[in-house]
Amino acid sequence: MYLARVFVALKKGVLDPQGETIKRSLASMDFPGVEEVRVGKVIELKLDAVSEDHVRTQIEQMCKKLLANPVIEEYSFEIMEV
Amino acid sequence: MKFGVVVFPGSNCDADVKHVLQDVVNQDTRFVWHKDPLPRALDCVVLPGGFSYGDYLRTGAIARFSPVMEGVMEFAAQGGLVLGICNGFQVLTEAGLLPGALMVNKNLKFMCKPVYLRVEHNGTPFTNALNAGDVIEVPIAHGEGNYFADPEVLEEIERNNQVVFRYCTREGVVNAQANPNGSVNNIAGLINKEGNVLGMMPHPERCSEEVIGRVDGIKVFQSIINWWQGRK
Repeated sequence: MYLARVFVALKKGVLDPQGETIKRSLASMDFPGVEEVRVGKVIELKLDAVSEDHVRTQIEQMCKKLLANPVIEEYSFEIMEV
Repeated sequence: MKFGVVVFPGSNCDADVKHVLQDVVNQDTRFVWHKDPLPRALDCVVLPGGFSYGDYLRTGAIARFSPVMEGVMEFAAQGGLVLGICNGFQVLTEAGLLPGALMVNKNLKFMCKPVYLRVEHNGTPFTNALNAGDVIEVPIAHGEGNYFADPEVLEEIERNNQVVFRYCTREGVVNAQANPNGSVNNIAGLINKEGNVLGMMPHPERCSEEVIGRVDGIKVFQSIINWWQGRK
């Protein structure tokens, strides 16, 4: 069994209104020096598969087709055996 | 003219669009359940507003893979008229039938109010009953209507005159104050290059009858009928 953790975030250059709001809030709470906040999501998947390579190919496809929108988002992932 | 209104789980403007098409402009209109194949012999498909699949993952992202969408893609590729309103617009961008994406509103709020739109051009099947430069008043109701496209795509969209509606002031001025959600270039409605697929965030079906106070939206539906009749 494998566990894949997919990280999806807005691409650089795409304004992140949530991140901006959190940044302003942190500044008002006296946390100085926060230059940028970006909000993303983590998607965890448990997969029954024959090999890590196979999982990698599958996840790559899932990201491209559904989990991320390439117009505005970028993704990365890590895979571990569990 | 035969209209099909697609119903996804979570659509909530489907009945409104059907009512306007069937009872106000008197067209043959049926619902199409998202798990059914798209019926043949439709002349126009409407993807209505709502919250398909609870807006999970991204708005429109799951609906885009509903079984009916295969037929919608094929229909669009053959030149069939497709109108996506609000969530329907989001589904169309997710499906790649329209460029760009709709992101969370810049102020993070769900915006529900009438806005002014400037009609950018009337040479489309959806706007021929209007004039370029007309200002119409149409309600919006969305949390994710902040249109984004990267600079190259945006330039191409503008060069091809694909922007059909822009948020503007009552006087027709397109500026930041009139932009309710942060959309690039105040884009409220967009057509594909081929000119048969339109997506718009505002709801024309919510302002198509005197009895509910506003009637500017009816012109979008009348345009579709005009276009189809002119083509017969």
